Parts: sequence; structure tokens; C-alpha cells
Amino acid sequence: MRRRELLAWLGLSPAALLLGGHAGANANAAAKPIGTGDLGVVVERARGALALVNTSTRSVLAEIGGLGDLSHASVVFSRDGAVAYVFGRDGGLSKVNLLTRQIEARVMQAGNSIGGAISADGTLVAAQNYTPGGIKVFDAGTLAQLADIPARDERGGLSRVVGLADLPGRRFIFSLFDAGQIWIADLSDSGNPQITKLVDAGRQPYDALLTSDGRYYIAGLFGEDGLALVDLWDESPRIRRILSGYGRGEQPLPVFKMPHLRGWAVAGRHAYLPAIGRHEVLVVDTASWLEVDRIPVAGQPVFVMARPDGRQVWVNFAVPDYDRVQVIDTVSRRVVRSLSPGKAVLHMEFTPRSEAVWISARDANHVVVIDTLNFRVLAELDIDAPSGVFFTSRATRMGL
Amino acid sequence: MAPPVFPLLLALSAAGVAAAQEPPTWRRAELVSQVRNDCGSCHGMRLTGGLGPPLTREALADKPVPSLAATIYHGRAGTPMPGWRSLLSEAEAHWIAEQLVSGFPETAK
Repeated sequence: MRRRELLAWLGLSPAALLLGGHAGANANAAAKPIGTGDLGVVVERARGALALVNTSTRSVLAEIGGLGDLSHASVVFSRDGAVAYVFGRDGGLSKVNLLTRQIEARVMQAGNSIGGAISADGTLVAAQNYTPGGIKVFDAGTLAQLADIPARDERGGLSRVVGLADLPGRRFIFSLFDAGQIWIADLSDSGNPQITKLVDAGRQPYDALLTSDGRYYIAGLFGEDGLALVDLWDESPRIRRILSGYGRGEQPLPVFKMPHLRGWAVAGRHAYLPAIGRHEVLVVDTASWLEVDRIPVAGQPVFVMARPDGRQVWVNFAVPDYDRVQVIDTVSRRVVRSLSPGKAVLHMEFTPRSEAVWISARDANHVVVIDTLNFRVLAELDIDAPSGVFFTSRATRMGL
Repeated sequence: MAPPVFPLLLALSAAGVAAAQEPPTWRRAELVSQVRNDCGSCHGMRLTGGLGPPLTREALADKPVPSLAATIYHGRAGTPMPGWRSLLSEAEAHWIAEQLVSGFPETAK
């Protein structure tokens, strides 16, 4: 039905609607409150905006702009799922209310930023920065800065920070790319953070993940064959190297985009991890931390993400194979489906109960919603140069 | 990767290396988009840096074009910078280096 016909049918003239304007919309919102459980945002990287989406109706509800440079932007959510904290590449940190669709606070907190995390109690928001290297911690309500933790190593240089995740008890864990260290910051007293430094994490940790139980932190290493593992349930956590030499000394293939580890890469007892410089997904037993399998895939994996129920693992790739997505069945541990959702697939996000996955294809200017059981396309949403897709279900999960 | 080869060969035979260093218009648009997006995943879409160093005109002021072109084409050992030779010709790498030192154009939309 066209807009004019709809208005006629409602017995309204366009002028009446215009006069009604915002007051009408607000009254409506008050009359019909909505929950946040099926909301999400899609980053429109080129426009510096978020598309607010609903995962039940599979539709775009609104666009919220004015968020700066959103290349490589990431998002975390408040506990009630009503607020998205958006970390922009340009160091902008914005607090966006998804119900009022307004920016409630915004600070420029760094020159070059790469993402962030929110504390388990929802009171602290931390940003991880490349310039100046370190993390900064903010009051989740006001975005007032509470702590500044420069990532300065013993040699005096500042290190770029990657792999930031929340830990239980107002703590954050992160990796120092340049220094090859892993730090844990305890902000129980937010004005006086206590730092535990784990040195010798390995060369060039490029990203990390926290398992969903908060027990294991795994940092991928670019500068060497292997990953760094920390068991956070240990009384005094230490670094353990796993999968050392998975490249078997062979010449690595060029890596045109760094893999991302954050997300759900653990399915059942196995962790699925992208190999660096190899067109393979490594499968590791989380009891022994030994490699149990490796699965050949279509290119350099970027995201290797387990469906929340762990039955499948979905993989996307670096250029030039970034028009493809492959699905690994975790029982047979083999690729069971190859999909082509559009050019330049940048991200995937599952609905909380696993029935659908949203896949952003930047150059196709759309997000495709796919049924994870039969791989049918459920919807295709026109969104300008979409990158990250983030659903409010992240609010209830550690490490996201 | 077949499409770029034919026009490039034509240009080479018709007008020599100098002409080859200036890719055709359609290819220039592709290259600009590739730099902003693919190089941008490490260097930032605005080329202000990230895991890779900034590639702004100011940041590259003292860098000679041939050395930049070589880094683009062959990569840089010991760093995450890959060689892009499977996706670019040497002449295209040189053209990109020239654009970077003089301030990289915006993506033509």
C-alpha cells in the first residue's frame, strides 16, 4: 500500500500527519512500548551511521547518523539492550539509545581506535586504542573518563592494543600487538586500576577471544606459528603456547586481511580457529588444547564463527575470496555448503537461538538473512556499505 | 583476474611503459576502491593508520615512490604487509604509490 493510500485509509491527510510530527511518534512509543531482545544495529561504514534493525520482522527501523569514521567500527550493548556503545576508527565513542534513536553522549577519546568492551555489571565501558596505544575506561552512563591505561612496555614504547574483552568482576583483558604481552586490568576501584602483566605472549598478537564461560583467553599471533592461551581460572594465570608450528614451516600465503577472533569460535568441546597464511580452519580440543583436525576452506579465513548452538561454524574470507561464505558441519567437521551472499562479505551475526544468520556484503550494499537449517534466503535488506552486524543478545554474553 | 590483463597489454604495446603506469579510467576507480577498502582494513578507510601505518600525504612525505611501489607489490618481510602482486600489476602498484604521496583520491561513487 502506498503512503498516500495508507493515509487515506486511516482517514488522515498528509498535513495532519505532518502536524502530528514528533509528538505523535512519541505518544505512539509511550502507548506501545517495545522490547529490545530482537533489536540490532548494522554499521554503515562509509556513511558514519547505524541502521537500526529488527531481527523478528527482518527490517530496517531507522538510520542513526553522525557517528564519525566507522571503518572497522564495533559495538557493545548495555545490559538492558537499549543502548549501543559505538567505537569508531577515529577514536569517537558514542552512546546511542536504540529506543529513542538518539545519540545520548559522544566523546573523542583517542586518535585511532579499534573497538571496546563493557564490564559485566554494565557500569564501565573500555575502549582499545592504537593511538595513543592503550585502553581508556569510561562511565557507561555519562561517558566521563575514569581511567587511562597506556600500554607502555619496559622499553618505554606504547603498544597498539587488540583483543580487549571483559572479565568477571570489573576486569578487562587485552593484548599488546607491539610488545607481545597480555594485560589484565582490575577496575574494582575504577580510579586506581590494578594491572597484571603477562609478558612473552608471543610475537604480534593480532586479536583474541574469550570463551563464553570466561575461562580461556586465546590470542592469535601474527609473528609466529601458534596462539597464546591463558586459563583465567588459574590462581595465577600464565601464558601457554598452543598449536606451535601449525604452519609446518611452509611458506605462508599472503594475508590480505587480518583474521578476527572475537566471536563464538567454540562449538561443543572444540575451538575452530583461523590459520594465518593458510587456507585452513584449525580445530582444537579444548580439553587438551591439541590440534585434532584442520579443514581446508576457500581462502584466508577472517571470521570463524560458531552458530550459538554449536552445530555449525560459518567462515568468511579475505580479498579476493570475500564473496564467499562456507559452512562447516561440526559433527563431520567438513565444509557442507558454500554460499555467495554478495561481494565483500565483511561480517556475520547469528540470531540468539541460531535459526538465522545475517551476513553483510559491503560492495553489494545489502545484508542477507539466511536460514541456517536449509540455507534459504529469508530477506535481503538494502543497507549502504554494511560492515559489522551486532544484535542486542551480545549484552548477555561475556567477551562480546 | 582475467579482465585487467587485456587492456593493460594493449596499453603496453601501444604507448610503452609510461602509458601503462596510468591505468584506464575504469581500472583507476577499482584501484581507488581497493585501496580505501582492502588496504583500509589495516591502514584505515581514511588511510589514517591502524595495525598498518598511516598512508596520508603527510605521513608519506619523505618516502620515495619506487620504494612505496615495491612495498605494495612485494610486501614487507617481518611485518604483516603482504605483497599484492596476485591482485595488481607492477605499473598499478606504482600508480597507487604516486596517488598516495600526492593525497589519495576519494572513492568515486
